[in-house]
Amino acid sequence: MAGLIEIRALALAFTREGARTEVLADLDLDVEPGEFLAIVGASGVGKSTLLRVIADLVRPSAGSVRLSPPAPGRRAVALVFQDARLLPWRRILDNVAFGLEKLRLARAERRRRAGEALARVGLAALAARWPFQLSGGQRQRVALARALAVEPHVLLMDEPFSALDALTRESLQDELSRLCGAARQTVLFVTHDIEEAVYLADRIVVLAGSPGRIVATHTVPAPRPRDRAAPALQETARRIRRDLTAPDRLPA
Amino acid sequence: MRARRAAPLLPLLGLVAFFALWEAVPLAGLVNPAFLPPPSALPGAFLRELRTGQWLAAIGNSLGHYALGLGLGIGLGIAAGTVTGLFRTAEALTAWVVRVLRPVPGLAWVPFAIIWFGVSPAAAVFIIAVGVFWIVYFASHGAIRGVDRDLLEVADAFGFRSAPERLVKVVWPAATPGILVGVRTAIGQAWMAVVAAEIFGVPGLGQRMMQASTLLATDIVVVYMLTMAFLYGVLDAAFTALQGRMLRWRA
Ligand SMILES: Nc1ncnc2c1ncn2[C@@H]1O[C@H](COP(=O)(O)OP(=O)(O)OP(=O)(O)O)[C@@H](O)[C@H]1O
Ligand SMILES: [Mg+2]
Repeated sequence: MAGLIEIRALALAFTREGARTEVLADLDLDVEPGEFLAIVGASGVGKSTLLRVIADLVRPSAGSVRLSPPAPGRRAVALVFQDARLLPWRRILDNVAFGLEKLRLARAERRRRAGEALARVGLAALAARWPFQLSGGQRQRVALARALAVEPHVLLMDEPFSALDALTRESLQDELSRLCGAARQTVLFVTHDIEEAVYLADRIVVLAGSPGRIVATHTVPAPRPRDRAAPALQETARRIRRDLTAPDRLPA
Repeated sequence: MRARRAAPLLPLLGLVAFFALWEAVPLAGLVNPAFLPPPSALPGAFLRELRTGQWLAAIGNSLGHYALGLGLGIGLGIAAGTVTGLFRTAEALTAWVVRVLRPVPGLAWVPFAIIWFGVSPAAAVFIIAVGVFWIVYFASHGAIRGVDRDLLEVADAFGFRSAPERLVKVVWPAATPGILVGVRTAIGQAWMAVVAAEIFGVPGLGQRMMQASTLLATDIVVVYMLTMAFLYGVLDAAFTALQGRMLRWRA
């Protein structure tokens, strides 16, 4: 079977006030069904931009992004942002149902699927609350439920846990790992946290340079459930750190 | 504890003191009672107006002008503010038109209102609507311009890409608090326009006040002033309650 996402010779440059900044260059990437793929890279290397291109929020300057066409009632991709970005005027359940309103589903079906997604992240009890009544971690869970509700072929996540405290972050990582493992959900997960990447991912792509390119790909050999302290994870993390700090990657 | 129990009584006390002072001034002969009718004269004046049916007729007419003018002004204000708030070209195109028309006071429209509509309810509605329009237009324009781009990106990311979808799903809900602030200001301002519009002979509160004042029936003038204050108070309280309900989602 072909990849769910096929990126070929992708390049992206922003032009602002006449100045052209190349952000991504010469990028090829395939996302295979069921895999948990992480993208790591330094701040400003173009990780968010890559996700935005895949989600069709930004046009690439060259190359192509092909998504497998979504089955009825599903979306090809759904994006979880770094901040939850809930719509403050919608109750939690209606926030989760947001994307479903584009999918031509009956109202009852929308409510059922939203309720199910909310239950999957463990927040069924908060369905009737407003976003301002939730903690940061709960809000991020709701954002995850909103994305899961549209049953995306690929779940795109942009540093979704980086704004949370360490304890909450680890519990959400465990939850995501369990959820996606059980459902064989394909995930493309962007982070600058190497430990997070090796704990969660089957495969890790390292983005570096200016413009950003893929400089290395690692598969994480450890079976699941994983132990954060496992030597295999630490070894992979060490290799990624080396990729990121290799002399030819240092900014000029 | 004592201060807290006294707090709700203080405004009432202030009101009583205000009326007492008002009663005392003409009574003490400081002012001719024909120029400043004491509050004790008002219930009688009110009953007379009520018995002749003029009070109800005046209120009915004025509320009709008020509701229509307010509705029109709000509707057009939100529509225009949405268009210029959403599209830079529309804003640029109208920038100087707005600067020319905006400072024209509502009263200055009276001659045109009479020329275009005659001395008719339509003229009053027009004058009221013009005033309301500007208030709501600027509030809506600002609120829509200020909508969080991150939330618009959420709409994009979930496939809501057409202008109507974005309006309904994100832009209007996000702009509602700002628009409602404008609407509330307009609810107050529109009463001024009602009086201004009716003073020129369109039947209603304003016309009745004008008639009474030419007869030096100042007690009747005051009856209508208080009537207007009462109507405004009720409407503003009702609107504030509605606003609170609509904005429950805010912390
Ligand atoms: N709309 C834009 N216009 C111009 N330049 C942009 C725009 N968006 C991003 N950039 C630039 O593109 C580069 C990559 O940005 P991007 O947000 O993708 O980085 P990132 O890898 O996600 O970083 P971080 O880890 O800090 O989130 C940065 O240099 C940024 O300044
Ligand atoms: Mg980023």
